[in-house]
Amino acid sequence: MEQSRTEIKITGFGGQGVILAAYIIGKAAALFDKKEATLTQSFGPEARGGACSAQMVISNSKVLYPYVKRPQILVCLSQEAYNKFEPELISGGLLIIEKDLVKPKPAENGIQLLAIPATRIAEELGRRMVLNIVTVGFFTAVADVVGEEAVRGAIKDSVPKGTEDLNLKAFERGFQYGKNLREHGE
Amino acid sequence: MKADPKGVLTGEHYLDGDFACAEGALAAGCRFFAGYPITPSTEVAERFSERIPEVGGIFIQMEDEMASMNAILGASWGGVKTMTSTSGPGFSLMMENIGLGAMMEVPCVVVNVQRGGPSTGLPTMVGQADMMQARWGSHGDYEIIALSPNSPQECFYVAIEAFNLAEKYRVPVFIMMDECVGHMTEKVIIPPAEEIELYPRRLTNSPPAEYLPYMPEDDLVPSMIIAGQGYKIHTTGLTHDERGYPVMTAEAQEKLVHRLINKIRLNADHIIHIEEEDTEGAEVVVVSYGISSRVALAAIDEARAAGIRVGRLRLITVWPFPEKRIRELAPKVKAFVVPEINYGQMVLEVERCAAGQAKTILVSHGGGDVHNPQDILEAIKESIK
Amino acid sequence: MITKEHPMTPLLRMDRIPHIWCPTCGIGTAVSCFAAALKQNEIPLEKVAIVSGIGCTGRVAGYMKVDSFHTTHGRAIPFATGLKLARPEMKIVVFSGDGDLFAIGGNHFIHAARRNMDLTVICVNNFIYGMTGGQLAPTTPLSAKSTTSPYGNYEHPFNLPHLAASCGATYVARWTALHIRRLTNSMSEALNKKGFSFIEVIAPCSTVYARRNRLGSGLDLMKFYHDNCEIKNGANPEEADIGFQSKIIVGKFVDKEKPSFIDNMHVGLKRALGDKYIPYGGDDGAK
Repeated sequence: MEQSRTEIKITGFGGQGVILAAYIIGKAAALFDKKEATLTQSFGPEARGGACSAQMVISNSKVLYPYVKRPQILVCLSQEAYNKFEPELISGGLLIIEKDLVKPKPAENGIQLLAIPATRIAEELGRRMVLNIVTVGFFTAVADVVGEEAVRGAIKDSVPKGTEDLNLKAFERGFQYGKNLREHGE
Repeated sequence: MKADPKGVLTGEHYLDGDFACAEGALAAGCRFFAGYPITPSTEVAERFSERIPEVGGIFIQMEDEMASMNAILGASWGGVKTMTSTSGPGFSLMMENIGLGAMMEVPCVVVNVQRGGPSTGLPTMVGQADMMQARWGSHGDYEIIALSPNSPQECFYVAIEAFNLAEKYRVPVFIMMDECVGHMTEKVIIPPAEEIELYPRRLTNSPPAEYLPYMPEDDLVPSMIIAGQGYKIHTTGLTHDERGYPVMTAEAQEKLVHRLINKIRLNADHIIHIEEEDTEGAEVVVVSYGISSRVALAAIDEARAAGIRVGRLRLITVWPFPEKRIRELAPKVKAFVVPEINYGQMVLEVERCAAGQAKTILVSHGGGDVHNPQDILEAIKESIK
Repeated sequence: MITKEHPMTPLLRMDRIPHIWCPTCGIGTAVSCFAAALKQNEIPLEKVAIVSGIGCTGRVAGYMKVDSFHTTHGRAIPFATGLKLARPEMKIVVFSGDGDLFAIGGNHFIHAARRNMDLTVICVNNFIYGMTGGQLAPTTPLSAKSTTSPYGNYEHPFNLPHLAASCGATYVARWTALHIRRLTNSMSEALNKKGFSFIEVIAPCSTVYARRNRLGSGLDLMKFYHDNCEIKNGANPEEADIGFQSKIIVGKFVDKEKPSFIDNMHVGLKRALGDKYIPYGGDDGAK
């Protein structure tokens, strides 16, 4: 039987690097933290734009059922994705949103809401496209499902050659933002 | 023989099933890939196009799936291990020349990452409804081999097994994946090359003057040649004799087609690869394959917790169907439960082999999603009533 | 009693003779010209393969004593493509009919020509589906009768040299079954040409095309070619349309140099990957 199964959904619009973000978290869990991590993705015909989502199950034993119907952790990087996927989040779950792109309704059912201006931070780093890695850093700091060293290792292993430093910087910014938020609140 | 280290990406990877399948093929020595893009199998072709120039092989994107299938047959006669991959509509287009591959006895591997059908259906979503097409899709009587992996790790190993079977039995071998497994990313461990055992091409020892291209050996499989080495063979999709020459008679048809069938049927025990757990003493046995076999496990765990003696039999080889084993189990169990993402395909085989000695219950799903394990659990409970 | 071996015996599967072709059929002529071209060039026969599709011309593969592959209807070109890429040192010749290559196999033809795949394609154009009894083909001239155009054909036919040239073939020629010497020379040139070469051999089916259209015997067909063919080497293939019993323009239309698929593949991959590129067969992968 599956033990300590954590279900995660990472969502946004096509082009935000949602799938790569999930891939890095999964790789960190599977190859560096030595857990089982199953990533599946659902996508429409559009390569850019449109709501897209990656589903991740992290477990200490073999993942049998591969999909995520009721995530415990939901990351929404766009309003459309938030509108579509927020109702799936379980009571008491963790909701992570892109602060400037998602206007949430008041949190209920004990849902913990955390926000990060990932796009703005990425722009400060000079490359908007690393917003997904900023989000991965934030996720690592607040979600407690993958180790921070594991994620650094997975990033180095997964991003295009020559962009490792930029991406690790993006990770640190997101990670620090999450740590501060946890320690000091908003 | 051992695998050539050049094609073996030894190490721990985080790969989807399509990529893992391509890596398995490269590890098995596949050095020629022809294909046409189609969701959800495209990543198999993409992986090949990226990797194969660094391992000494050829990738070509053909104009359609008929061309892809023919290109791998032609290349296989050139002495190279070959593969193509496709989904749904492309699999239908390949059928014509899968028959040619069976008739000419050409080793090759065809990957079908199944999506929801019929027709264009659900291009990006899961299905398991091409199982009978894999068996019967080309016209005429023939036998093929088909395998069905249930994880990216198994996609890697099944690809190697597929090549070994294709070479050993000189037959097109299908890897019947499904979109869920194909697009699922998990840890894949690729072993060192020296741990990968390969079945080499059955090349003849006879000199050209004595060689008959379709004279079978003891296991009913003839030995092969490589084009360009002076054997000057003829081979055809027409019914032919041991020389490969067309012979339009009922006798020639009986001799050839019966052998094509028997080389698989009579060797079925050597070919079939199934996984069994707790089938002895079980009241109900869940027979499943591909992604459904994983989802079923979640249901089996719960049924066992509820005190039901559930065994499971997983088809890694789906064709030839392990009919002997089902016949052995049928008198000992109350029921077989068969979850599959179609409205009843492999379940017909289970039912045929159970021959009324045990109930056979289908848990169907139309595709676009995997089963809810609860539905399988209900069927298990129902089956022992 | 014949005691001397026929000079073409080493090139033919004598154990399969007599062949299936009708008396006065032009396919045999095309085969004999091809055998002469092989001989002329002293090409080692073990390095030649013939791939055919289905139909009367599709049977050529069965009579030539080389590695020979009789494939499915229309699919000879992709099969040959795979074989050529796997055995680049061989000369791979596709020998098939007009219906096979240009109706059911048309897509494969245009793409192989576009890629400049290293193949020689020889099409015996008999204007009809011969083996199945004389149905309309994509080459049947306007107004000609067939069993499926009993009131006369009202579809425009293909101009095969124009099609081949516009898709990028580097060698294009057309001759009739009467032009034995010229056809043999063209086959020689095509065999030595890199990339995609195409030869059309005009040989209207004497049994089901000529008879149904009341064009006389095989000898009458020969007379027709003699009187109505115009040799125009270098002619614009666009002007080489064939009408019903019209003048037939023959000749070598295209003979140009262009990197072939295999050349381009090696250059492109070497440029992109440098020393990481291991050409097929270039390492120990030589099969």
